Amino acid sequence: MRLDGMLAASDAALSAAAAPLAEELLQLGETILETWLAAHGEIATDRKVETFRLLALHRQGARGDASFNACRETCRELVYHYNLVRLEPGHAEVARRLRLGAMVARHLMLFIGGKLEVAGLGDFCCASRPLRQLDASMQTNETV
Amino acid sequence: MSDKHKQVAYYPGCALEGTGHAYNRSTKEVGKALGLDLVELKNWNCCGAMEVKNIDPKLQTYLSARNLSIADAMGFDTVMAPCNGCYHNLKKAEYDLAKDPPSREVTDRLSRKAGHATYEAGKVTTIHALDWIKESVGEQGLKARVKNSLKGLKVANYYGCMYTRPRHIFPEKDKGPGSESTSKPHFMDDLLAAAGAENVEYPLKTACCGGAHTLSDSDTSTKLVLNLLTTAEACGADVIATECPTCHTGLEMHQVRAEKVFGRKTSVKILYFTQLLGMALGLSARRVGVQENFSDSTGLLRARGLG
Repeated sequence: MRLDGMLAASDAALSAAAAPLAEELLQLGETILETWLAAHGEIATDRKVETFRLLALHRQGARGDASFNACRETCRELVYHYNLVRLEPGHAEVARRLRLGAMVARHLMLFIGGKLEVAGLGDFCCASRPLRQLDASMQTNETV
Repeated sequence: MSDKHKQVAYYPGCALEGTGHAYNRSTKEVGKALGLDLVELKNWNCCGAMEVKNIDPKLQTYLSARNLSIADAMGFDTVMAPCNGCYHNLKKAEYDLAKDPPSREVTDRLSRKAGHATYEAGKVTTIHALDWIKESVGEQGLKARVKNSLKGLKVANYYGCMYTRPRHIFPEKDKGPGSESTSKPHFMDDLLAAAGAENVEYPLKTACCGGAHTLSDSDTSTKLVLNLLTTAEACGADVIATECPTCHTGLEMHQVRAEKVFGRKTSVKILYFTQLLGMALGLSARRVGVQENFSDSTGLLRARGLG
């Protein structure tokens, strides 16, 4: 089910397919990060961090580009909502949890999509480029 | 609760004198109402924000170090900065000067050239407005002073991204019970709950709003903000509480832009957490600068008996 379809679906429809929809959201997150890695010529890892490939993919994406950490909590929120649904698929709030998970996935998609177009997205918030990149400090030595 | 932050040096930063004026006003008013004392740094300068930092990070460190040295010269060991960007940059300068000898060398050299005292690492600690209130008054202290409860107001607390990242420049966070968390910050939630607000579970409280590209790639920022707004609404929030002038302005401006460009209207209101706390403490909406906000929350606040 597409994200907009999931967001528009009735509570009953979401509740009836809670577990597969949670899987779908998690896989969508993985696909989003795989797209980022592929665009950077990397082979997406099959490893897992804390039992989730999504978190391993995030860690891989952030290696060498710390501004990628701007979506770290977004990935973790996606995992959190996945866990909520999988652990309590019959919970009264399962439809709401799926919708929120879909919104988190949408944010991840928007962030990565934006970052593919504008690499600097996330630099401001992590403020990591000048802090961690060697070339930035070398440039400083020349200019100050 | 402690008296440590009862009187602190205040670094408003450039934004609070401009677009974030309502944050400046409400922070000062809340301080007064809580019996806390803010002493503005004399002759402070820009913290280096993103422009200077992206061109020359060590120059940014020097600019922030100068502000820390002013606080030291004024006899303070704590600087309070309400802006997430300023808070972040001052903390980063603290870190750089303690851990990075080349930064130390550049800062010392520029200080000598400028003719003022250099900053000695470790002498001044920067705190955010959230730490300032949380640690000096605390939830119980705040609760005891509430005159106009925020009861019935559903709030999504948006911390933004600079308040928590990168985590190594905030050694006081992630220390377990009682400390702030970088992955699930909660100080704003705690304070507003003490003032009577009903905090909603908001999964995007630290998500990127695209603030750095608000001018260069407005559509990306608008899409990210629109998702923050619609998610807050889906969580049942009446208000998004902010703690940063950049986030606040971004949310307000892109809310309008989202309607114009994407035809998607959202009705959630944007208010600084200090404005909400101020009204809970019995201050008028005008006193905490609600009229200066772009997002018109007058109707909502009246309906909740606030302002």
